Amino acid sequence: MPISLEVNGERVDAHILPRLNLADFLREHLKLTGTHVGCEHGVCGACTVRVNGEIVRSCLMLAVQTHGASVVTIEGLSDSGEIADLQAAFRDRNALQCGFCTPGMLMAAQDLLKHQTEPDRERIREHLSGNYCRCTGYQAIIDAVETTARARRGRRP
Amino acid sequence: MKASAFSYARATSVANALELLVAYGDKAKVLSGGQSLIPAMNLRLISPELIVDIGEITELRGIAVRGGALRVGALTRHVDLLRSPEIAAYAPLLTEAIAHVAHPAIRNRGTLGGSLAHADPAAELPASMVALNATIVVRGQARERRIAARDFFTGIYETALSAQELLIGVELPIAQKSSAHFFHEFARRHGDYAIAGLAAQAIVRDGLFTGLRTAFFAVGDRPILAKAAERLVSVAITFVVLSEASAALGEELDPQDDQQASASMRRHLAKRLLVRCASALLGRPDLTAGGPV
Repeated sequence: MPISLEVNGERVDAHILPRLNLADFLREHLKLTGTHVGCEHGVCGACTVRVNGEIVRSCLMLAVQTHGASVVTIEGLSDSGEIADLQAAFRDRNALQCGFCTPGMLMAAQDLLKHQTEPDRERIREHLSGNYCRCTGYQAIIDAVETTARARRGRRP
Repeated sequence: MKASAFSYARATSVANALELLVAYGDKAKVLSGGQSLIPAMNLRLISPELIVDIGEITELRGIAVRGGALRVGALTRHVDLLRSPEIAAYAPLLTEAIAHVAHPAIRNRGTLGGSLAHADPAAELPASMVALNATIVVRGQARERRIAARDFFTGIYETALSAQELLIGVELPIAQKSSAHFFHEFARRHGDYAIAGLAAQAIVRDGLFTGLRTAFFAVGDRPILAKAAERLVSVAITFVVLSEASAALGEELDPQDDQQASASMRRHLAKRLLVRCASALLGRPDLTAGGPV
């Protein structure tokens, strides 16, 4: 089927099979391999991307469903500089080891920080509850998100 | 894993969706938010020949208060329910329940109609519909049917919906002034399916229940509207009365063993939930103090 959408601000036209999910479309067709594929049934959160401004599981969305939509992947989010401070906080606090979950974590964390300027640790934990990390034990990730939230509040006029 | 190959049709209207469902019968599956269907397809638990995507039928999305009832379209997303002031005002049980449904990225896509048609016995929304005494509205080519939520769920992933019908939406009675609600679930991780859970809607007057609907989930093949809770209606609740109702609940339920919990653990948790529910709704912390349940 033909689809036409926007990915990281660029228009993309493609012919795809209906069975292709969005994660595989991004990775295999567009070579945007920052979106990771873990469980393929919506449990791990590694494939989290933005569709029309909202985070979704790209393994649970068919690529054909994104016809006419605007998709932002971790590459787009990173290149735009929107999460440069969050990425730096992840590095400083060792909030990643193998890095497999990190793109999804950053997507989900930025989604929280966009909607809420003063999330407490419990709220951060809850918002990231759908993203598995098998390395860090989560504490460092919560620290990094909390630090970023605090720093962004300080920068507000 | 990946889904096996299928054909795909983007329905342009309810009538168009129904034409496709009539033509393909149980070889077709309706795609709404896809948060239950796509995992099942990726795991190859199901392999439909045709996917009928109803995502673009905007008339099925939305929340309205009309004729003393709250009408919620089948395509209304979990996130919309969570943020809706109408739901918070007129069916606050649902606002509370929805926060337990999966995670933000899933709530952004998952829909009410999809969750109800999927009918996972451990899911929060089917039980909430039973507790709220909702009416499920389904449409076929010939007629529209209105089905009470407690009759709609017929087994594990089974409902009264036929393969030629589409779930259109639900109607919820508006909460009265003396209405109260309780929602709690035990789960391994926030957002996971419950090991045992309870959605309850009550009317409390002068320290008594004048109405109480308790819908337990993850403790049977469908949401269970507990008969045992009727023992608590229009009587002064004492520790003994509550213990007897809780024992009767244990008899009434027939939960399953699985890797998450044994049947006896589920039964125990359900009994605890009933006690907590009564205690919380009546403002009686004394009812949960000590005792065998």
